[in-house]
Amino acid sequence: MTDPNTPPREPRYNKKYGYKEIPIGGMITDFMSSEEYKSGDWRTFRPIHIPEKCTHCMICWTLCPDSSIITKEAKFIEFDYYHCKGCGICAKECPFKAIDMKDEKEFRD
Amino acid sequence: MTQKRVAITGAQASANAMRQINPEVVAAYPITPQTDVMHAFAKFVADGKVDTELILVESEHSAMSACVGAAAGGVRAMTASAANGIALMWEIIYIAASNRLPITMNVVNRALSGPINIHCDHSDSMGCRDAGWLQFYSESAQEAYENTLMAQKVSEHPQVLLPSMVCQDGFITSHAVEVVDLLDDATVKNFIGNYTPKYPLLNYEQPMTSGPVDFYDYYFEHKKQQMDAMEKAKTVIHNVFNEFEKITGTHYDFFEGYQLEDAETVLVAASSSAGTIRVVVDKLRSQGKKVGLLKIRVFRPFNNELITKKLENAKAVAILDRSATFGGFGGPLFTEIRSAFYEKTKKPTIINYIYGLGGRDLTVELVQQAYSELEKPKQGPTVRTLGVRE
Repeated sequence: MTDPNTPPREPRYNKKYGYKEIPIGGMITDFMSSEEYKSGDWRTFRPIHIPEKCTHCMICWTLCPDSSIITKEAKFIEFDYYHCKGCGICAKECPFKAIDMKDEKEFRD
Repeated sequence: MTQKRVAITGAQASANAMRQINPEVVAAYPITPQTDVMHAFAKFVADGKVDTELILVESEHSAMSACVGAAAGGVRAMTASAANGIALMWEIIYIAASNRLPITMNVVNRALSGPINIHCDHSDSMGCRDAGWLQFYSESAQEAYENTLMAQKVSEHPQVLLPSMVCQDGFITSHAVEVVDLLDDATVKNFIGNYTPKYPLLNYEQPMTSGPVDFYDYYFEHKKQQMDAMEKAKTVIHNVFNEFEKITGTHYDFFEGYQLEDAETVLVAASSSAGTIRVVVDKLRSQGKKVGLLKIRVFRPFNNELITKKLENAKAVAILDRSATFGGFGGPLFTEIRSAFYEKTKKPTIINYIYGLGGRDLTVELVQQAYSELEKPKQGPTVRTLGVRE
């Protein structure tokens, strides 16, 4: 399972920079840096995959608004918890009830 | 350097400055009394005197939005507006400053509705005083022309990168024909120089995002950068004034005194009222009265240190505000200037007049009344009105 704290690549923005260190006007000058932004910590409910029920129909992959369903060769592999905001669309739309939404509290210390 | 002496209105003077700056994009929507600026500029476009893409938009909100888009793309963008037009572009006025886009806008000051009124007061630009724009106020058509050129240069300075409002009084300046000395195009071109945008969006070799969402983790830092740029703009304005003085021979300052050195009573005003006050100063001086004038040319950034130096020798000072601050303690000029004196030991008595709202004339008699009341400044309230009927 993808570690919810592991970014897709080395993050450059974990440090909170001072006003003299950042581009003016809110400009984002680094191409494709949004990938590094951890939207996973917005999550209140965490989707849990139930492999026994999953038929790999890919409906969750089609509907996920955050591209957080990781697949390989047309098979469900795992959720990308670094980016998944826990909206629950996947669980709601899964025809086989193969995704459960659990309270995020259960996974946090 | 050659100069051409012409008889034109304030609006035409601004349009000539725009012509000489030759911005890549101008987007505007007509509103009285600004319309004459764009009328004159549109003629320059039609006659092929400029290379500008003139975008005739459907509202002032769109006018400023188009300027923001063009400036973010990396080119010079200008517009002009007044009163309700400025009110309609309000949202984008803040965005232009926050995105650090050096747009120059000619503001032809007009009272905000309602009741609806098309004549001069400063409620429109004073309402924008916290938006993050530089603000230059022009006494005459000549100053409207020169301030536009200088504002453009200040705005584009790498340490500033903030938009500018260049204000002139609606009708009083914008529609009155005055003698104006225009510089030749080559001199202006050389003074303004080439514009190199800091973050041009049209550079496909380095893709960038302009105007993204900016929450509690960085918004404050970006606001601090704006405060910082305003502070740095003080030095840049000073330097640009000096540079332009070498071309025109005119001395420019944030605040310009007239008979100020030994003046005991001083009126402070922005824009065309300064001209009226000057006449009264001459008259009262000929009667031996030690009166003076301090004209506000730059209101944003507000040079608080300098203004106390200019006024500290006076006994009594009246600040003339051509906009009301309902429920506030005096008008915008008054609160800034009086606050600047708080830590000073040497300070005059400072009172406030709200005057000239909705185009009410500031007559010679009213100015004389103000000087006369200033001899006993503590008789009467600190904040008063001038020229309103009881």
